[in-house]
Amino acid sequence: MNVRAWTFVMVGLSFALYIGIAVWSRAGSTREFYVAGGGVSPLANGMATAADWMSAAPFISMAGLISFMGYDGSVYLMGWTGGYVLLALLLAPYLRKFGAYTVPDFVGDRYYSQTARVVAVVCAIFVSFTYVAGQMRGVGIVFGRFLEVDVTTGVFIGMGIVFFYAVLGGMKGITYTQVAQYCVLIFAFMVPAIFLSLMIAGTPIPQLGFGGTDAGGVGLLERLDGLHRELGFAPYTDGTKSTLDVFFITAALMVGTAGLPHVIIRFYTVPRVRDARISVGWALIFIAVLYTTAPAVAVFARTNLLHSVTDTPYAEVPAWFSNWEATGLLTFEDLNGDGRIQYTGPASSTPNELQVDRDIMVLANPEIAELPDWVIGLVAAGGLAAALSTAAGLLLVVSSSVSHDLLKRALYPTISERGELIAARVAAGVAVLFAGYLGIDPPGFVGEVVAFAFGLAASSFFPAIILGIFTKRTTREGAVAGMLTGILFTAAYIVRFKFVSPELNTPEHWLLGISPEGIGTVGMLLNFAVALGVSAVTPRPPSAIGYMVDRIRVPKGAGEAHEIQA
Amino acid sequence: MNHTDRETGAYWRANLRLVGLLLVVWAAVSFGAGVVFVDVLNRFTLPGTTFPLGFWFAQQGSIYVFVALIFVYVVRMNALDRRFGVDEGSDDAGDPQGPGAGR
Repeated sequence: MNVRAWTFVMVGLSFALYIGIAVWSRAGSTREFYVAGGGVSPLANGMATAADWMSAAPFISMAGLISFMGYDGSVYLMGWTGGYVLLALLLAPYLRKFGAYTVPDFVGDRYYSQTARVVAVVCAIFVSFTYVAGQMRGVGIVFGRFLEVDVTTGVFIGMGIVFFYAVLGGMKGITYTQVAQYCVLIFAFMVPAIFLSLMIAGTPIPQLGFGGTDAGGVGLLERLDGLHRELGFAPYTDGTKSTLDVFFITAALMVGTAGLPHVIIRFYTVPRVRDARISVGWALIFIAVLYTTAPAVAVFARTNLLHSVTDTPYAEVPAWFSNWEATGLLTFEDLNGDGRIQYTGPASSTPNELQVDRDIMVLANPEIAELPDWVIGLVAAGGLAAALSTAAGLLLVVSSSVSHDLLKRALYPTISERGELIAARVAAGVAVLFAGYLGIDPPGFVGEVVAFAFGLAASSFFPAIILGIFTKRTTREGAVAGMLTGILFTAAYIVRFKFVSPELNTPEHWLLGISPEGIGTVGMLLNFAVALGVSAVTPRPPSAIGYMVDRIRVPKGAGEAHEIQA
Repeated sequence: MNHTDRETGAYWRANLRLVGLLLVVWAAVSFGAGVVFVDVLNRFTLPGTTFPLGFWFAQQGSIYVFVALIFVYVVRMNALDRRFGVDEGSDDAGDPQGPGAGR
């Protein structure tokens, strides 16, 4: 069997599995649709959270990004894992105790205000759609390259699958599909990594491999730094970003992680507060497996790429090179007309002739390393699992924001259980279609688009939730003003540098040298400052809110996820 | 303030102390070792490997510490809940529950 046949087999089998699970776990009530009935085991929830979390960005783009960024790529590694510590220590147990269905539920009830609820709904939908755009682009890339179908067709197939299990099963269907998707994606990520580690470092453990030595006894990282210097790139282990910028980007990603609605709502699905705590721990273990492997894959990929293209005659390039050239994600222009590929960095006197899209590294890796065909098929299935699981989680946030937060809690409180469930399904369906549109006409790199969602989440939800739990004095006026300041400031900064005047997107023009990726941290600080400041000069919250906060702070009496009457 | 309120206040302060301490470690391994002091630490290598130490913290070590922090938190918080009698329900209070024995 060839690569294409293997890919069809792997992708087909995994899709059949997801559909099977979806049919088995249909949701019969809104409680099942929103929080899977609140009876998910902490281990299963940890696994589902990991799949929910590890989107197309970490699976497809991250190792590639790190591979091109070297040390600078650490922002993704620390940022996308460190947030779980915040989630475990500051958010998950309390939100589980609160026991609502959505994030706007908490914001609306704690801040005794429909305005706060609606602001939170708008933030949730905005953040989720930004994020989902990245997932759909990932789906398009995988279909485009491996199944050799048109990207549009690919996105339609992907949307069809998500539509099926998200609309049918809600959170219940999504949770159990995500457990399966975690298994598919982690297996797909680890197999090539272990192969590569054995080939390059002689050990099956990639985490140790990239700190080992190659056949000649030279440290792999040392050698890569050497290659980089020779070719005019910055040394791999040093990076080029300023310390301040690395600091702010890392913080924005960490805080954003803890503020992402689709991650937070996963902890509503476990039975008890204690389960919520341990469940975050399981989630981070499952995530750490991939996140500690990715930097190793990045080093192996970089080493392989430099070895296989540097000074290679264009006429003799391997098959993967031509395959990816056909997608337009890899381009070569023979500037000096010598018929050989010169791949060089900014510090080299030889002009660079090769452009490699960072998103293709993980997908191209098995081909570059000449791994067996079934591994390549597996990686394609893994990439789809990663993109689809996250897309489904995000779509659920959008759907519950509309049917629960807007319809049931704000506009039409007398809606029946059945009516709300129908509204949830219709909203999920519409969201799928809109996500599909974003996938066909996508903005920017998967990783970059996703990074913005974090900035927006960091600057809107995180401070509102933290202040809601850890202070009793924060008022509705403070929370609303804080959220609006945070998200508007962050969005304006990103839009200015990424869309309005991208030519100004250089360190000299940035505020204090902080890039748009890291500005969410500043937005978050502004949010905290404004919320506390405005709270100090507005009337104290009603005493019922004080009792509510007291109750959230102790695990006793958590019971099941339920409606809180404010 | 009645007895239960004082108890709850003590529970909350103990909780904040624990969380504060763990967050100091969290910041030290990531923002400290992995970002601010990365160049200083890169002069050393992780013993037994060829990793520059700061680089290792940024791309590996911090993540291992994060996982450990959450599990320390879970164990200490569950103990704290029991000590102050605010754990969930008497039906499972007698469980021999280490972390992970959630269900």
